[in-house]
Amino acid sequence: MILRDNLQKKYGERMALNGVSLRVAPGELFAYLGPNGAGKSTTIRILSGLCRLSGGRALVGGADVEADPLGAKRQCGLVGQHTNVDNDLSLAENLDIHGRLFGMTAVDRAERARALLDYVDLSERREQRAGTLSGGMKRRLMIARALMHRPKILFLDEPTVGLDADVRRRLWGLIKTIQAGGATIFLTTHYIEEAEFLADRVAFLDDGRLRALDTPDALKARVGEWAIDRAGPDGLRTDYFPGHEAARRAAQGFREALTLRRVSLEDAFLRMTGKESSC
Amino acid sequence: MLNGWNGFAAVYLREMRLLRRRFFRHVASMAVLPLLYLVAFGAAMGAHSPLPGRGYLEFLIPGLAAMTCMTQAYGIATEINVARFYLYVFEEFQAAPIPNAAFVLGEVCAGITRAALGVAVILAVALVFSIGIRVDACFLLAAALNAFAFAALGVFLAMIVKSHADQSLLMSFVITPMSFLGGTLFPVDSLPGWAQPLVWLLPLTHAADAIRNASLGLPARPMDFIALAGAGAVFFALALSSVGRARD
Repeated sequence: MILRDNLQKKYGERMALNGVSLRVAPGELFAYLGPNGAGKSTTIRILSGLCRLSGGRALVGGADVEADPLGAKRQCGLVGQHTNVDNDLSLAENLDIHGRLFGMTAVDRAERARALLDYVDLSERREQRAGTLSGGMKRRLMIARALMHRPKILFLDEPTVGLDADVRRRLWGLIKTIQAGGATIFLTTHYIEEAEFLADRVAFLDDGRLRALDTPDALKARVGEWAIDRAGPDGLRTDYFPGHEAARRAAQGFREALTLRRVSLEDAFLRMTGKESSC
Repeated sequence: MLNGWNGFAAVYLREMRLLRRRFFRHVASMAVLPLLYLVAFGAAMGAHSPLPGRGYLEFLIPGLAAMTCMTQAYGIATEINVARFYLYVFEEFQAAPIPNAAFVLGEVCAGITRAALGVAVILAVALVFSIGIRVDACFLLAAALNAFAFAALGVFLAMIVKSHADQSLLMSFVITPMSFLGGTLFPVDSLPGWAQPLVWLLPLTHAADAIRNASLGLPARPMDFIALAGAGAVFFALALSSVGRARD
């Protein structure tokens, strides 16, 4: 999957995406991290055919999303930001309609739906109306639906937003399992720990621009290895150090209450997007 | 080609499954308005029939059939609106490898099916009132063209609106006035001379005229069918072009 020639998306005068170029390797779990309004969902909406490009090119599995939209869509599965199941249809019917949209045979649809509902642990509810499910169950149903046609690439747009911590962790396990099955996963999130736990590589997006792109460890290493947080009258101040010994020595010189800890991906994000001062 | 057929079948089948889930309340709601019209207008205007030698209900029922056919076919707009702005299920269709025509045709056929159900309810209500309505090929053709035109209009308008509120506005400004002015409740001839040519521009006027002529055994007017087919073709083309534009 390739975004090239400075991908752009304009809504009126506002630039939602402003010159993004990147490449996601087959089988990779790629996380797009950024605050609300950064352009994360816009990127997924472009790649999955939900909105048009204003500039640049996007290739999904070799198919240009504008020149060959059906070819691109055939290779993708989408779990959108909004919960979008048909509440009045059963779980099996939700999956069946999706399978029909992707041209699956009746036998394949039935077998695949059975297997996927089992996979996401919803098989006992297959004949229930989707409207009776909890929020976490609906997200699992959406993931099963997106996997129905065996997509090579799975787009997950904020898959765990609004879910309880235990449900979120359960979904993380599911996402890892899907990747282990060979799918390429493009994930957007504003939960930094989610990107850190799941992703092979992470891109920091802010204000429609790509600020950094690398593995979580490499992004953290750009900031340092250890950090000291000090609470002061102006808020929390964080200093970064290349090693534990340097951090420990520095800590002895501070009088305020402090915390000595390892650098996290959040530190890297805040520093590279220039948001440190707002903490 | 296969994508188109699969897409059409999926879109149509989804609407039919939703209709099946709500079948009884849907049919009940279809029957309420015509019953009210029959009781209110039938009782109030029974003695003032515009048809020599026939009761007002014989004039009214074909008009109600045309009106119900229109509102039920156009009602697909509400389903699409809910799918777009409330359930977000429309994204499923946008992200699927199906041509826009498959989506439009699936929704239009769902609208036609709803309209057929609505007309059947009107005919059943007519039977309850012991009003015999002749249903021949012209009746069915007029109803089918009417349903096609208004289902396509519904898809078009559902694609260009930006919210639920816009949808309600269109209902108030397009469908409701047409329901009253389109020769359904009173003859077009009784309107002022300057208004009559304008009313004949409405597709519903032709539908009501064609359905009424058929149900009363009067000769069909080809212009009614040409107007309905023309309106259907224009609305279908508009619906097709609007689906792509709904991507942003």
